[in-house]
Amino acid sequence: MPTLKINGRRVTVDADATILDAVRAAGVEVPTLCHFDGLEPWGGCRLCVVDMSQAGWEDDWFKVVTACNHPVDEGMTVVTDSERIIETRRVVLDLLLARCPEAPLIQELARDYGIEETSYTPNPEPDDCILCGLCTRVCDHIGVSAISSADRGWGREIAPPFHKPPPDCIGCLACAEICPTDCIPYETSNIRRTIWGKEFEMLRDPKTGEAVITKEQAEHFAERSGVPITYFETSDTSKRRQMASTFQKLQVVK
Amino acid sequence: MRIESKDRFETLRAQARESNASRMQQVLVCCGTGCLAWGSKKVAEAFASEIAKRSVDATVDLFVKSTGCHGFCERGPLVALQPSGILYTKVKPNRVEEIVETTLIGGEVIQNLLYKEPVSGERIAQYDEIPFYKNQVRVAMRNIGRIDPTSILDAIAEGAYSGLARALFEMTPDEVLDEVEISGQRGRGGAGFATARKWRSCKAAPGDRRFVLCNGDEGDPGAFKDRSIMEGDPHSVIEGIIIGAYALGAHEGWIYVRDEYPLAVVNLGIAIAEARKYGLLGQNIMGSGFDFDIKISRGGGAFVCGESSALMRSLEGKTGEPRAKYVHSTEKGLFDLPTVLNNVETWAGIGAIIDRGGEWFASMGTERSKGTKAFSLVGKVKNTGLIELPMGTTLRHIIYDIGGGILNDRPFKAVQTGGPSGGCVPAELLDLPVDFEELTKAGSMMGSGGMIVMDDRTCMVDVSRFFLAFLEEESCGKCTPCREGLHQMVQIYDRLIAGDGVEGDIELIERLAAGMQLGSLCELGKSAPNPVLSTLRYFRSEYEAHIRDKACPAGICRELTAYEIIEEGCDGCHVCFKACPVDAIEGVVKELHIIHQDACISCGACFDVCPTNTIRTFPKIELKKAEVV
Repeated sequence: MPTLKINGRRVTVDADATILDAVRAAGVEVPTLCHFDGLEPWGGCRLCVVDMSQAGWEDDWFKVVTACNHPVDEGMTVVTDSERIIETRRVVLDLLLARCPEAPLIQELARDYGIEETSYTPNPEPDDCILCGLCTRVCDHIGVSAISSADRGWGREIAPPFHKPPPDCIGCLACAEICPTDCIPYETSNIRRTIWGKEFEMLRDPKTGEAVITKEQAEHFAERSGVPITYFETSDTSKRRQMASTFQKLQVVK
Repeated sequence: MRIESKDRFETLRAQARESNASRMQQVLVCCGTGCLAWGSKKVAEAFASEIAKRSVDATVDLFVKSTGCHGFCERGPLVALQPSGILYTKVKPNRVEEIVETTLIGGEVIQNLLYKEPVSGERIAQYDEIPFYKNQVRVAMRNIGRIDPTSILDAIAEGAYSGLARALFEMTPDEVLDEVEISGQRGRGGAGFATARKWRSCKAAPGDRRFVLCNGDEGDPGAFKDRSIMEGDPHSVIEGIIIGAYALGAHEGWIYVRDEYPLAVVNLGIAIAEARKYGLLGQNIMGSGFDFDIKISRGGGAFVCGESSALMRSLEGKTGEPRAKYVHSTEKGLFDLPTVLNNVETWAGIGAIIDRGGEWFASMGTERSKGTKAFSLVGKVKNTGLIELPMGTTLRHIIYDIGGGILNDRPFKAVQTGGPSGGCVPAELLDLPVDFEELTKAGSMMGSGGMIVMDDRTCMVDVSRFFLAFLEEESCGKCTPCREGLHQMVQIYDRLIAGDGVEGDIELIERLAAGMQLGSLCELGKSAPNPVLSTLRYFRSEYEAHIRDKACPAGICRELTAYEIIEEGCDGCHVCFKACPVDAIEGVVKELHIIHQDACISCGACFDVCPTNTIRTFPKIELKKAEVV
């Protein structure tokens, strides 16, 4: 188990940990935007940059790396708040504020770094998408890949294929839920759900009548997990009721 | 046909040499992309039909060969004659009959087809005597222009696969590695990482399966050396890759080549198929027991796919985006297996290194940059084209002796090296020896070997904007500093060239540049500020003039520049009148012409055509001042 020095404090972590894990273990905060613990680190937003020096490097030689995807090593030294690190994060936030001047999350983070207004040309047609890629990565992770990034550079965007309702989408809302700036719109009711321009019919719990899941999602999950589809159609209320009645039937053995 | 032993290979090579030598005369028609654009295919066809017509005459024994790029693209179509060594430039199909009649049969030289030395005006007959060629030393490009790239026997006759035969039958894989280490060769794709070190680190990685890849995704504006190598001598690349695979114990290789290089794709495909036929690829190569094969993967035209991790992603069939390289691709590369990726030119040099020895290669170049380097010399220089020189050659030698100096003898201002990730080296550093370290120290880089020469009619702000706009277009958009930073950088530069720059813009550029260098994910973003920082370092006053004086000192930026005709010099030749696209020039032949400022769009067309140099530029702001007065 490697031991590292984070801002002067020693911390020991698992060998397969990332610098971000070690930083958190040391109780130090490093901002992230494109990171989610359940997904593979991506290293896209560049907000989690830290100064890092490996054992054996010259004393004053540090390299700027992203904490989220850099593996730890014995004797590593990490500094999360050097002047150039703060400045690099400031440039990143200043740029994101130009792209998304109205996103509260970005405004707040920028303010933390002393930026009230962007130094750059604000996006003339702003939306709140910061292109962190969480939505497409969670969609890949679920095994659907209904949406992806399209185009490149400044023109990059998140979109279903050909900007048409995505045939592969199962309406699970994972993309909308994971979005850190809440910029993926959807509508859901007891009968119908709409996301990415695609309409889904809701499966309802046979007992309570509550809308539980889209048919496509239930089928996808049943197929991937091998669990019968009826399990996914059952609402939380029904599941609780079933459990309660099970408990009632239990007899305490003395 | 399959070569099943070293002896068989040597016999085949001797036969191929003999058959080439038995041809009394050879006509080598350059069919590289540059000369093809000049119409060289028609020239080659004309030679073929002309010779066929005369074949009844027993005294003519001629052989026409379509070769790869001779390098001197400026003067195409090029026709070299062997064994006389005569080079004819700018050959049109209608001159072919005359060449056959006068030179090939009659033995006389046609003066007006020879290269004319721009300084002395002297005509030079011999290929080897032309300064453009005389000063070159070719290793990676050793056979380009001499062989027919579609004929494996022609390549073998000129030495192709001799290095491979030596490696397979006389050396162990470790000895091959040692030889490459002795050569001191460093990667020719830009970063200059030592080839042997890269190979060793891959060889040390655990596992049985590993890959060798060739990066043929050359995409820098103004660079075409890899294209010419793949087109003109694909066997040198293939040979190098096989030797590398043998050293590493790899059995699978890929050449990743941009699809915008159609001739390279075709010639590589022919070469691989022929190599398989002759038993130089596939099972049991040359009967040595070593198995290896190569596939071609065609890139979809994203500049970023030249970056190693993006290239591997693309090869895997995913979106070509870079990933963090905290674990090196020599350990976890393509499909997460140990992988060596080298540039086309690097691979092309390997066969020669093994054949002639590492010491020979290391005897050329400088202390830390060994061997020779290919450059694409373009821009405002008289002789543009493809060259290869020992490392450490000075910029002055390249631009003035080989390049023949600046077009129209205008003053030299700067040379842009290393493509969009490189920088501009100014005139005061003309005596800089070109190698990896010296270019980096000067704020530029070796990069892909592109050299864009610029004269005094070049605005450094405008040039930087060009490279930024290129990169903005090519950024994949995965990471924030590169995606947003390049876009914002272009916005600032648009302001500067439109005369809307404000105090603080230079500082804003510098802060953004520093953030991009430290924060970007891959080298595209990290090195994107190089053109900006190098022009700020050497030409800061030009930036200041754009912001403070609203003037473009080079007289290029349209919004800031006005043109006028100097009264004393104008002889009324009327050329500018004809060149003006908006009819802003008034005047009759043999009388003074004038430019109407209200109609002029500052395109500079008149300036470029004026034979008496009597058009001058001045800051447009003076017009406005005059109006106020």
